[in-house]
Amino acid sequence: MAGITNEFLIERLQSQFGDQILATEMPYGMVTIVIQPSAILDMLIWLNTDNLLKFKFLTDICGAHYPDLIDGELSVIYHVQSMENNVRLRIKTFIPITKPEIASVTSLYSSANWMERETYDFYGIIFTGHPNLTRILNVEEMDYFPMRKEYPLEDGTRRDKEDEYFGR
Amino acid sequence: MNELTSKEKETNQPGFHTGDGDFHTEYTTLNLGPTHPATHGIFQNILTMDGEIVIDSEQTCGYIHRAFEKIAERRPYYQITTLTDRLNYCSSPINNMGWHMTVEKLIGVEIPKRAQYMRVIIMELARISDHLVCNAVIGVDTGALTGFTYLFQWREKIYEIFEHICGARLTTNIGRIGGLERDFDDEVYKKLKAFLADFPKAFDEFGRLMERNRIFFDRTAKTGPITAERALNYGFTGPNLRAAGVDYDVRVANPYSSYEDFDFTIPVGVDGDTYDRFMVRQAEIWESLKIIHQALDNMPSGKYFADVPEFYLPPKQDVYNNMEALIWHFKIVMGESDVPKGEVYHAVEGGNGELGFYLVSDGGRAPYRLHFRRPCFIFYQAYPEMIRGGMLSDAIVTLSSLNVIAGELDA
Repeated sequence: MAGITNEFLIERLQSQFGDQILATEMPYGMVTIVIQPSAILDMLIWLNTDNLLKFKFLTDICGAHYPDLIDGELSVIYHVQSMENNVRLRIKTFIPITKPEIASVTSLYSSANWMERETYDFYGIIFTGHPNLTRILNVEEMDYFPMRKEYPLEDGTRRDKEDEYFGR
Repeated sequence: MNELTSKEKETNQPGFHTGDGDFHTEYTTLNLGPTHPATHGIFQNILTMDGEIVIDSEQTCGYIHRAFEKIAERRPYYQITTLTDRLNYCSSPINNMGWHMTVEKLIGVEIPKRAQYMRVIIMELARISDHLVCNAVIGVDTGALTGFTYLFQWREKIYEIFEHICGARLTTNIGRIGGLERDFDDEVYKKLKAFLADFPKAFDEFGRLMERNRIFFDRTAKTGPITAERALNYGFTGPNLRAAGVDYDVRVANPYSSYEDFDFTIPVGVDGDTYDRFMVRQAEIWESLKIIHQALDNMPSGKYFADVPEFYLPPKQDVYNNMEALIWHFKIVMGESDVPKGEVYHAVEGGNGELGFYLVSDGGRAPYRLHFRRPCFIFYQAYPEMIRGGMLSDAIVTLSSLNVIAGELDA
């Protein structure tokens, strides 16, 4: 496979979306960019149609909750992949929990449908433009988003597993 | 021609002749599942039928959702292996290894060649057992129970090998972070050799029973097809993608655990229909056998675990007799080992496609966030598109040829 280098990928992304990219890093060899949430759909379309990069495969979408990041509590993480160049790219966005909205990419990738529903189901992130944004794995009557950090897994009064007891 | 009673006219029963020269049809709703012998797992499909033709399907899932991602946020790293067992439970060892490798990537450990080869043998055995179940079940759904009963004794033999390696059969919890829990003993080699000697004969017979069988071919060719372009758009990976003609295999694209040392081919199909999916899995079983042979022949000597005392449990006799080993043992079991902060994505070629682990660590005793990229969950979305316009019986066989595993679908 021909392959493109991570540096080339970052450079090309910077030249196209310079002002939308907030941070660039490379943990464990995978290019990771943090972008403005408003740019996600444009960026994925550009990545898909670009003749050099050819990121035509959406590997995964998932959410994460960082309660300490003010106005960026909820994160949506996209993994895309260019099979031809054998390169993966991680795109992260941070959106406020008070207005958890981001554009849906279902118009571009059919696979995004359930991935976005799952992310909505667990984190309450609204994907605008999604054809059927309903719960998928949890019961429909559920009125909270269980993967958010304010919902402890076990009995909230249980203290024996807290980090401080392990020397942290 | 029978006259309809007024009551029948009122209720607008589908299929009844209305008497005006037209067959009045109304779509029927058919509940396929959640529990149904033909779905091999807990899936519900609400089918809209026109006679025997499937017009549309609405899927529901989540019947065995067990909140693994949430549970993982509270567990030390080594305890998450048991959660991965229960994703694709037809090939749990691959999930276990995938998880170990994710953590090893996070903490930056390179495990010895011998352990990597042992892992390859275990993973390829698991792939064979996964594909055996799928292909045998395609046979059952097309009316050939013989292959199923015949092949399942070989799956049993594979499970006996697993049992000797780790003590468990289905939900194996095999291996450790940093290597394997013990070396293969003579009994394992004996069983492996016996399997490699006898299985090809039986599998060849199964192939001759099915592959060129006219009835089977007519039943499976052109049913549930998907083009390569649609398959990629739907996030297909693994045998289902390769059946559509895309030669993507994580073992080759991003080799892990020394897969680059082995010589094997990626079988691909043409039409992406049920027959191609069946044939791709058949061919992959032969490729897996080739890999196991190579791994056994070239098995390097050396240790079967890496030198990571903070993650790899010390031998029991050391725990009782050696202070340092006791401390490590205690720290590991209590989940006190330090992990670096960072985020890592690691993918392995599971039985059904790219099984990915996205792990965010904040340095705590448990992952901050762990997401499983479950291939079944992603490609099962395409099912309505694949069965639309086909017969109900084709929908059943398409479902089994996709090899959707409920545990992986619902996490």
